[in-house]
Formats: sequence, C-alpha cells, structure tokens
Amino acid sequence: MATTMTDAHAAHAQDHHEPSFLRKYVFSEDHKVIGIQFLFMSLFFLMIGGLLAAIMRWQLAYPTDPSRPLPGAGLFPETMVNAGIILPEFYNSAVTMHGTIMIFFAIMPLLVGVFANYLIPLQIGAPDMAFPKLNMMSFWTAFVAGLIIMAGFFVEGGHSAAGWTQYVPLSADPEWTGVYTGQQLWLIAMTVLGFSSLMGAVNYITTVINMRAPGMTWLRMPLPTWALFITAILILLAIPVLTGALIMLLFDQTIGTTFFTVATGGEPLLWQHMFWFFGHPEVYILILPAMGFVSEIISAGSRKPVFGYNAMVLAIVAIGFIGWIVWGHHMFQSGMNPTLGMSFMVTTMIIAVPSAIKTFNWLGTMWRGDLHFHTPMLHAVAFVAMFVIGGLSGVFVASTPVDIFLHDTYFVVAHIHYVLFGGSLFAIFGAITFWFPKMFGRMMNSSLGKIHFWLTLLFFNLTFFPMHNLGIAGMMRRIYDFTQYEFLTQFQGLQVFISWSAFLLVATQVIFAFNFIYSLFKGAEAPQNPWHANSLEWTAAPSPPPHGNFERTPTVYRGPYEYSHPDAADDYWPQNAPGHAAPASEPAYAE
Amino acid sequence: MTTQAAALDRGGMDATEVGMGVYNMKLGMWVFLLSEVMFFTSLIGGYIILRGAHPDMFAQPGVVLNVPLTAFNTFLLICSSVTMVLAFAGIERGDQAKLKMWLIATAVIGMAFLGVQVYEYIQLSGHGFVPTVEGYRAEGAPLYGTTFYTMTGFHGFHVLMGVLALWYLVIQAFRGKYTAGSHGAVEITGLYWHFVDLVWIILFTIVYLI
Ligand code: HEM
Ligand SMILES: [Cu+2]
Repeated sequence: MATTMTDAHAAHAQDHHEPSFLRKYVFSEDHKVIGIQFLFMSLFFLMIGGLLAAIMRWQLAYPTDPSRPLPGAGLFPETMVNAGIILPEFYNSAVTMHGTIMIFFAIMPLLVGVFANYLIPLQIGAPDMAFPKLNMMSFWTAFVAGLIIMAGFFVEGGHSAAGWTQYVPLSADPEWTGVYTGQQLWLIAMTVLGFSSLMGAVNYITTVINMRAPGMTWLRMPLPTWALFITAILILLAIPVLTGALIMLLFDQTIGTTFFTVATGGEPLLWQHMFWFFGHPEVYILILPAMGFVSEIISAGSRKPVFGYNAMVLAIVAIGFIGWIVWGHHMFQSGMNPTLGMSFMVTTMIIAVPSAIKTFNWLGTMWRGDLHFHTPMLHAVAFVAMFVIGGLSGVFVASTPVDIFLHDTYFVVAHIHYVLFGGSLFAIFGAITFWFPKMFGRMMNSSLGKIHFWLTLLFFNLTFFPMHNLGIAGMMRRIYDFTQYEFLTQFQGLQVFISWSAFLLVATQVIFAFNFIYSLFKGAEAPQNPWHANSLEWTAAPSPPPHGNFERTPTVYRGPYEYSHPDAADDYWPQNAPGHAAPASEPAYAE
Repeated sequence: MTTQAAALDRGGMDATEVGMGVYNMKLGMWVFLLSEVMFFTSLIGGYIILRGAHPDMFAQPGVVLNVPLTAFNTFLLICSSVTMVLAFAGIERGDQAKLKMWLIATAVIGMAFLGVQVYEYIQLSGHGFVPTVEGYRAEGAPLYGTTFYTMTGFHGFHVLMGVLALWYLVIQAFRGKYTAGSHGAVEITGLYWHFVDLVWIILFTIVYLI
C-alpha cells in the first residue's frame, strides 16, 4: 500500500492519501484502530485467564488424584505438572495469574482500553483523541506489559504465586513461594501497565473536557462516556498509588530496602493499605464502564429514555467519590481497630446506595418499555440481575461481624465473580455485540449470540452460585487440596459439579469466539444505525466510521435517550437532528 | 474532513472545543500532574505511616542529614522557578533573547541541584547512611535510609526529566520555534517545573526539618 506522492501538491492531499499498512493498522494513531487493537489483545488474555481457571478447577475436582491426570498434562514441564498431577507451586501460580490476568489484562482493558478509546471521541463528536500519539503509545506500552507478564510463565521458579493481591511477606520473600524472577516480572509488568493506563486516562479526561462537539453539553453526554470519564479520573488517581507500592516492593526484593520486612522495621500492613487504597477504586474502574454500556443498551432495547438520567450521572459521580473511603473493608481481619472497622463498614454500606439507585433506574427504564431482546439486550438485562446478587453478597461481607466468618472463603470468590463475570463480563459481551457493527461494519450472528448468552448464563450460575455455600461452610479460598480438611471432604461431589459447570462455561466461550471471527468476515453487512439509537456514533458516522470520524463536526441538539418522543416522527430522535425534523428512516436490523 | 484535520492540528482549538478554554496540552499537563500528586502522596504517606509506627528508627533533624547544604539546594530550586517564570514572561512578549537566556539558566540551576544531591548522597552513604539493610551504620535504622532515598531519589528523577525537557526547549528556542503567539511547550514545561519545585519544598520540610 505504498503511497506515490510525487505531486507537488502532495502536502495538500494529506487527508486523502492512504497511509501505509504499518501506520494504518499497527502504529496507528486512530482511536478506533487503537480500541480494536486493545480488543484483540484483551480477548487473547481472556482466553489465557479462562484456561488457568480450568486448570484450577481440575485440581479442585480431583485433588492430587493419580487416576484423573490433567488432560493435556504432557504440554507442561515437570516443574508444573508431574505425572498428570498439578503441583502445588503451579497451582499457586495459576490462582495468582488467573486473578491478575483477568482483572488487569482482560476486564480492565476490555472496558477501558477498548471502549474508552473507541467510544469517547465518537460519542462526543470529536475527530479523534486529544493526543493521538500518546494514545498509540498507551497501547504499545500495554502490549509490552503483556509480553512481560507472559514471560513470567517461562522463567525458572515459575510465575508469581502470591495471589493477585500480592500480600507481603508472601510476595516479598522468595523463601515462601519459591518464586524469584517470576515475582519480579509480575511487579515490572504491572508498573509498565500502570503507565499505559495513565497515558490513556490523561487522554480520555482531556478529550471529554475539551473536545465535545457544539451542543454536546455535560448533561447531553451518553452514559458510557460519562462512566468512562469518571473511570478515567479513578484510574488517574488510583494507579499512581499502586505504582508507588509496586516500586517499594520491587526495591525490597531487588536492592534490599525494608519497606515491608518486619524484622528490619517494615510494615506488612502498609502494603495492604496501599494496595486496597488503589484496589477498591479499581473495582469501580471495573464496573462503572459496564454500568454505562448497560444503560445505553437497555434504553435502546426498551425504546424508552433512561429513567432518571441525571440521577444516573449523579450516582456515577457519587460512586467515584465514596469509592475512596471504603478500602478498609478488605482488611477487617488484618488486625484493625474495631472503631475504624465500623467506619469502613458504614461507608461501604453507603456506597451500595448509588449502586441501588442505578439498578432501580435500569428497571424503571425497562418498565412498560417496548422491549427488544436482541443479544446485547439479553446481556444487559442479565448484568442487572447478576449485579444485584453480587451487590447483595457485597453488603453481607461489608458487615464486620459477618465478614469474620466469610473473609477469605469461597463466599468472597462467589461475590467477586458475580460482580466481575456476571457483571462486568456480561456487560462486555453486550457491548461487543452492540458496537461490533460500528467497529467492523458487519453484524454478529444473532442465533449464535443467543445460544452463547443462554449457555453462559446457565453455566455461570451453576459454577458460581454453589460457591456461596462452600464459603459459608468454611472452605477457604486459594487452597490447593481441600481434602486435607476432614470437614470439607463432604463437598467432593459439589466440587466435581462446579468444575464440570466451569469446563462447560469455558467451552461455551468457543461459540462466542467462533461468532466473533466468523462475523468479522462473513457477517451480514451492518447498516449505519442497526439499533436505531440516538448517539452520534450511530447517527452521524457510517459503519465503520472513516479516519476523522465525521464528514462535518456534528451539532448536538438534545440528550442521547430521546426514544419514543411524541415530537419525533420515529421512535428515536438522533442527537444531531435539528429541530423537529423527522430523521431519515432506514430499516431496522431485523432481529 | 479537512476541517476535522485542521481542528486536530490546532489541538482542538476551534468550534469543536466547548471545554475549559485551555488548550489541550495545558489541560493534559494539569491532569497528569494530578496523578503525580497521588504518586508522591503514596511515597510521602508511606513514610509518615512508617515513621509514626517506629519513631525510634528515625534520627532527629540534623543528626544524619546535612540540613544547611539541603537548605541551599532548596534555595537553588526556588531560584530556578523564578528563572522559569522569566523565560515564560520573555517569550510572551516575543523576546527570544530573554527566552533563551532564562531557559538556559533554569536548566543549569536544575543541574546544579542534581549535582548537590549526588554529592549529598555520596557523603551520606560514606557515613553508612544507605537505603538497604545491608551496610546501614548510621543513626536510626535501615527504614530511615530506605524511605529517605526512595522519596528524594524519585524527586531527583523528576528533576532530571525536567532538565532534559528544558534542554530540549533550549534547542527548539535556538531554532526559533517559539513566538509570542505560540509557546505552549514552554508553558507546560514551566507547569511541570513548578510542580517539581513545590514537591521538593514539601519533601524538604517533612524529611529534613520535622
Ligand atoms: C454493592 C457494592 C459492593 C460491596 C458492598 C462490596 C463489598 C466487598 C467487601 C466487603 C469485600 C471484602 C470481602 C472480604 O475479603 O472479606 C469485597 C471484596 C471484593 N469485591 Fe466487592 N463489593 C461491592 C461491589 C463490587 C464490585 C462492583 C466489584 C467489581 C466489579 C467488586 C469486586 C470485589 C473484589 C475483586 C473483591 C475481592 C478482593 C480480594 O481478592 O480479596 N465488588 N467486596
Ligand atoms: Cu472493596
């Protein structure tokens, strides 16, 4: 695709010439390409994270059972899997890296890397991000972090085995885990990834503040953009604290400082405070964008305005604020002053209020709506249901007396999976199917989408719901062989049930992968606005939008959720349609 | 399409901008500095917590650290903020000579600050005040060295980045890149430089004086 620009007027033709393949698809500065690059990278990591989970579940179903060797055991070196038996060291790495990869390399980049990049400029009517070069660097920095984190699997001593929370002294001293290089690679990869997130955050915040199209006032912004904006602020302020902690830990390990080592005056609790001061805002980083996508999809799928748009915005902002003062609820059992524990308990319960407001508003949006259960809508509705379960179990563990029993048990595992899988990941599936036509100009197959949805919903619940019971019965998390404990052996049958549900859950994702790849090449051609939505990416730009996004800068006349408005000719009313003129109709995508 | 590209070229300074009335680079720098605030807060906050937990592991002011030398260094850095302001004021009036002179002055003072810091580090470690457990022979305990070197080291690293940026500006200034109407790079480097200066004043107070 070499460009021949011998013309003297070449400089003027800048906008029209075809950039080279490398500039267009690899080192692209186009926010849409960068978003799609993040998409492929994080889907890859989603797969790795899922495989690690399957390995863990094999061990939990058949703990060190020689008659049940791990399928494919031959692929692993003897230091990981010996004679078909998953070794405890490798199990610990698998637990650690499942959590790390899913949270930092799959869910977070899927929510933010993909959709903040792809959606923000399109939804606010900007030609690109404020700093396109920085944006490109953000992706390639994340890519390098991904290489480093993958390298950890191949070094001597295996990958980090201290859990995704990396509590000291477990993480600080190789004596405990037997991991040397892998542990340091973990810290370095996370530091590098932090830089990528920061570059992104600076870009998103500046873009939203400065580059909105005329008429795109704050309270006309689509909710995904609102959520991503607040998320970017959380990233901006939370990541540096993690970076500080990571650097301290790395120094302790490599040059022999003593931040966290008790014997020489360090404080292990300092790690926990720093980690969770970052970590709790982080969990909102992992849910706010999902909430934004779901609001968008539910409104379009119900053909009704979002119920209480202003309340939705306020709830996002409130969560963004209160999220900073609840971190102690992860540390109730770490020897905290009970009065302090009490205050963290109260703030945590308060933060459930804006979450409840949002839930109420999603139901209010659907109430008596003209419901269209297309694939994105199914995922969005499932998000609401699963998030309610996860939110409620959150309120359980937020109460200190209850948490004494439930902390570090499978109940917490159930909680995080209801919010992160049932919540964030369902929203991501919904968002991918919803915006796929815009990204690639083709529809995803709807039958396959629905099959994937229903099976995922089923196996997800079969896998994770029983974990509540396991936790209440006292099964601790991150445990290699629960049969060492007499009282847990009674759950052998349930463990097998959970594991096979989990395997089926992983297998179901093949349907999604197939649908994704198949639709990329063979999907039905997408119209500009298949869901008859109002926001600018649908109403002002073709599918997919060209470099620069819009022919002319769109002007915005109203909010993004004017569905079924009496003044509009159609049941939707584009944000950029002037006055009372009827929007140009085009046939809806037949579901 | 062409207007779009033009909008990008001018950093979004046209009709598409309904924002803060600040150009993107400047806003971006402010946003970035907020995250820097959190980074230094994490280091300084960690120090405060550790020192609160183990007061006996830290020496009294002036026992280990050379306060007069660092006070002089602090003075240097404050001076460099003044010269930075003069450079900016110069180019705002289109005065190229002033811009170049004061930029060079700022960069040189910044390097002097780093020089003094390196000298201080060499002296201190000569007395057994080191960041590591191994080899620590000074008053207090290794925790003192650990926190001291991490905080001041990261600050020094930020000064170094600033100095590099300043020399880059100097080169560009000699190429005549900045005019009264267009000198955003000078302004945002100035913002960064003042921030680094401010952090030092806080560090100096907390680490050396209290
Ligand atoms: C109603 C809202 C929520 C409340 C009240 C809540 C409360 C809690 C509490 C108290 C814990 C600590 C339990 C323990 O370790 O003993 C916890 C753990 C956790 N929560 Fe939530 N949570 C809520 C929503 C969320 C959301 C939306 C996410 C993420 C999307 C999330 C992700 C997590 C994670 C990952 C952990 C486990 C951390 C670990 O590995 O120890 N939570 N939650
Ligand atoms: Cu939390």
